[in-house]
Amino acid sequence: MKILMLGWELPPHNSGGLGVACYYLSKALALNGADIDFVVPYEAKHDNVDFMKIHAATKLSPLHKFGMGAYDSNFLLEEAGRDDLGELTTIRDVQKRYVDFVEELVEGKQFDAIHAHDWLTMEAGMLAKELTNAPLIVHVHATEFDRAGGNQGNPIVHEIEYQGLMMADRILAVSAITKDIIVEKYGIPADKVEVVHNAIDPESLNDGYEYDNRTYRYLEGLKDEGYTIISAITRFTIQKGLANLVRAVAKASEKYDRFALLLAGDGEQRDELIRLAADLGISDKIFFTGFVRGKQWRDAYSVSDVFVLSSISEPFGLTALEAAHHDNALIVTNQSGVGEVLQSIFRYDFWDTDRLADQLVGIATSPALKDSLRKNILNEYARLSWHDVAKKCMSQYTKAASPAALVGAFA
Amino acid sequence: MHVHQPYRVREYSVFDTSIDHNYFTEPDTDNHRSNEKILNKVADKSYRPMNALLEKLLNKHPDFKVSLSITGTFIEQAEQWAPDVLESFKRLVATGQVEIVAETYYHSLAFFYSRTEFERQVEMHKDKIRELFGVETNVFRNTELAYNDQLAQWADGYGFKGILAEGWDPILDWRSPNFVYKPEGTENIALLLKNYRLSDDLAFRFSNQGWAEWPLTVDKYTQWMEASVQDQPLVNLFMDYETFGEHQWQDTGIFDFFEEFVNKWLEDENNTFYTTSEAIAANEPAGVISMPDTVTWADAERDLTAWVGNSMQHEAMKHIYSLEDDVIRTQDNDLIADWRKLQTSDHAYYMCTKWFTDGDVHAYFSPYDSPYDAFLYYINAVRDVRWRLHETHRTGGLSG
Repeated sequence: MKILMLGWELPPHNSGGLGVACYYLSKALALNGADIDFVVPYEAKHDNVDFMKIHAATKLSPLHKFGMGAYDSNFLLEEAGRDDLGELTTIRDVQKRYVDFVEELVEGKQFDAIHAHDWLTMEAGMLAKELTNAPLIVHVHATEFDRAGGNQGNPIVHEIEYQGLMMADRILAVSAITKDIIVEKYGIPADKVEVVHNAIDPESLNDGYEYDNRTYRYLEGLKDEGYTIISAITRFTIQKGLANLVRAVAKASEKYDRFALLLAGDGEQRDELIRLAADLGISDKIFFTGFVRGKQWRDAYSVSDVFVLSSISEPFGLTALEAAHHDNALIVTNQSGVGEVLQSIFRYDFWDTDRLADQLVGIATSPALKDSLRKNILNEYARLSWHDVAKKCMSQYTKAASPAALVGAFA
Repeated sequence: MHVHQPYRVREYSVFDTSIDHNYFTEPDTDNHRSNEKILNKVADKSYRPMNALLEKLLNKHPDFKVSLSITGTFIEQAEQWAPDVLESFKRLVATGQVEIVAETYYHSLAFFYSRTEFERQVEMHKDKIRELFGVETNVFRNTELAYNDQLAQWADGYGFKGILAEGWDPILDWRSPNFVYKPEGTENIALLLKNYRLSDDLAFRFSNQGWAEWPLTVDKYTQWMEASVQDQPLVNLFMDYETFGEHQWQDTGIFDFFEEFVNKWLEDENNTFYTTSEAIAANEPAGVISMPDTVTWADAERDLTAWVGNSMQHEAMKHIYSLEDDVIRTQDNDLIADWRKLQTSDHAYYMCTKWFTDGDVHAYFSPYDSPYDAFLYYINAVRDVRWRLHETHRTGGLSG
């Protein structure tokens, strides 16, 4: 089966989960026999990819360096202000170049399916469908409603998403939450949308990594004194709901004072969070690491006891599975898709800081509760496999290609 | 004139805490935050040329007098990186025309947090000045000129002859700063008030081309001075030493201005210069002044809000001073010195967010990208002090 895969990033040149999902999905598809041409909007080495052909749509280096990563639709029309971008100074410019590239790439070629990821590549997907007559599968990892975190979002992005969803033959949503948004906000018929949850590849995390307890030595010291380490490893944007997490930690600290919160990552909300922590008088309990990669990233999961996915709107939330792998108890908002596939977790509504504080105190003061949450989620998370995701995708490719024939046979 | 350099905290991250105990030395000496680099820069632009000028004027005019407030953190940095600058200060003091005033060694706001620590730092400063310059200090000035009646009462009890404060109009009301006063509730101590208008004409406005009086000529300034002291005994000018050459660059003409002004002022035999002690000795207090609330020399508000105005600053001060007993008990000199260097008021100043509302960015020079960065590096360093207490001295826990 020949697949044209339209993506925006792949590890290690990713700014977040979209690249990770694309990588493992493609790898599993390839193992299931798919022959994939994968387009990215930048040029870089992908030494870890030998299971598909990667095409670079521009000569740019990876885009997240310019604030044009997969999550930066707010930079849509702003100039990135970098000379080395040439005339490609906005995400729109890059997208247009991407569309031109795909137009040339598909010329004279046949595909069984076009698989486009998120709004960034939907225009290219629609054009490719028009030129090749192959079915278009749009895979929604996040909508502009999620990224805007309760705000309006960008109307141009909404429009592109609407067109892409309308034109798609099949839509894959990473969670029921995302499917609901597609159906309710974009008026797409529910039966056109299939929920395909993401997965995790535990093998990929068993790469010889060993926890180094010196990386966060101070936190280890706190743990020796009976502290519970709470963590969030994420981008600091409104969507992630971190202000409520900080408030909940302050509330929890009133009842039980041995908490520390590790906030690993960076983003536009950082200064606001620093100020909030100081206002609440808990600056000393919060550890800001800045953006972490590699060992510091892995060790952040390892030092943590409780991982909180505090998102206001999270289509999936792969980080929760990564945290589970590193032996964390999980607390996940009801507004996060990953909660749909997990049982052994605490849940709360993103605004409910009282409830989250209660859960935190409960875990911190009851070793039995903490241990059972950790043990049970560890057994659970690994059942989610990319192999199953790939099989679901394959059947959707087939389904997308066949409805016309079915109609003909039974008419 | 106030001579000071803080030990700026380097880009000290969570990953340094409990591992690397160096808070103040940037690995890259060329970093714009490097204390060594800044000291050398200011030495070239200000300390060396201004000291040369002062030495020349002191030798030329026996009536020319200066009082210097020199912090311990400056002295340590000069000892390490610019010993010739320290030697030139010694020559100034050796003329007998230069008085050194007392203050906290670490340029701290300890008075408002710990009286015992505050007194230790005043002692340390007295000792250092005695050791280095062979002179006693008799007049006290607190960090940032932060002053209130309690401070004056403390200084009186301690035995200081005089104390300095800002001559701030809402306090003075109809009174002039150009007299010696007696602080409320004191016995023997005299209060000298900074004439902020004439001081700030040099310190802040001298090179401001948008100022209606720009350019400021010696004739004009001398006229203002003459008018100010008419029927009044003195004018107290107090400013950062770095005004000369650093805040006002050499090409603004500040050095020439200063030299000409001193020459011109002394041409009139009715004029002279006093050290702070001489000013106090020569004048009886004209009245009693009370400042129950703290007055500083900063901003339109003249309060402490540039240092402890927001919650980050409150948190930072709370955590550093809460370590006092444990730190002192260790008798670990390196640890105690690091803890004290973190008390320097500049750290809190870098966390100031007032300018977000004032829009007056330039008024708040900071070596950091933002007040938030300043806060993060600082709190990480404070945690490391706590770690050292915990790890090496088994005093206290890591819990703040």
